[in-house]
Amino acid sequence: MRKSNEPMLWFLFGAGGVLAAFLAPIHILLTGIIGPAGGLGSSFEYEHVLALVSHPVTKLYLLALISLPLFHWAHRFRFTVVDLGLRASKRAIAVTFYGVAAIGSILSALIIVRL
Amino acid sequence: MSKETITLEVLRYRPEQEQEPTFQLYESEYREDWVVLDAINHIKDHIDGTLSYRWSCRMGVCGSCGMMINGEPKLSCAAFLRDYYPNPIRVEPLANFPIERDLVIVMDDFMEKLTSVKPWILREQEMPISEGEYRQTPAELARYKQFSMCMNCMLCYSACPVSALEPDFIGPAAIALAHRYNLDSRDQGRSWREQVLSTEEGIWACTYVGTCTTVCPVNVDPAGAIQQEKMSITAEWFKGVLMPWKGR
Repeated sequence: MRKSNEPMLWFLFGAGGVLAAFLAPIHILLTGIIGPAGGLGSSFEYEHVLALVSHPVTKLYLLALISLPLFHWAHRFRFTVVDLGLRASKRAIAVTFYGVAAIGSILSALIIVRL
Repeated sequence: MSKETITLEVLRYRPEQEQEPTFQLYESEYREDWVVLDAINHIKDHIDGTLSYRWSCRMGVCGSCGMMINGEPKLSCAAFLRDYYPNPIRVEPLANFPIERDLVIVMDDFMEKLTSVKPWILREQEMPISEGEYRQTPAELARYKQFSMCMNCMLCYSACPVSALEPDFIGPAAIALAHRYNLDSRDQGRSWREQVLSTEEGIWACTYVGTCTTVCPVNVDPAGAIQQEKMSITAEWFKGVLMPWKGR
């Protein structure tokens, strides 16, 4: 039996799950609901937010916040699709989904870097 | 006074006389304190002596009498008739296993998977008897005790959708028992077991559905064991990548 490289993918899945469960809802609440409703006052103004996201640490944080949940999605969908009956093309499915997550991560990195 | 009865639809498969399994209806005596196994024993003794099934202790200890009862994997000695009465009860052999005869499944594949993870204490070097026993504190015992309750009843294999789809998956009980020995302070066999556990047919086939833990009659929590093994094997994997000189 072959030793698997699954730990890498499972780690990304786990890390992405933690971020999606704990941090994503907070961001949706702050920037999607409370902020637009005026609940954050001046700290939600354009210049302030731009300054915040221009900091390298924030950029790194944003990349993790976007990229890791993408890998979480890829892992879940890979197993869901395989379990739905596409066992024969297991490898192609894995490559496709993780590939999409990787492309999504690269694209968001390109956008985040230019902020 | 006429006795109360309950209908059992029992799967029959007699390879010498039929190609495909069929269902046979039996009208068993019903008593409030009877379990499904009691009814089957009643059928065997009084109605049809040709019915084959496995059982031994009648008290949830031996793990022999697992069957599908109305589609759910259960120990037939722990499934009370009164929970189904007056409806009929469908009794089938454990799912995800080949049928040997009637309610008897072929368990060779499970036995191979079980022994493949070496579920016994492995030592790099055995201590001579004169050195005394391997001592263990109550706290060290508590780490693995839960997982040691497994009695190989195989209900978890019948409940597991991954076992159904992936026949090579070594399965919940084998992994739970591997984990039990990996957690044992007297054991040094983790790296041997990991050769089996860390493969795609090992822990990585599991998608954490958790039905193994739900059906386990002795609360072993195989799903938890698999998750914990995923954690420690992932940690080992990263160690190997970040510090390749350490070698494993």
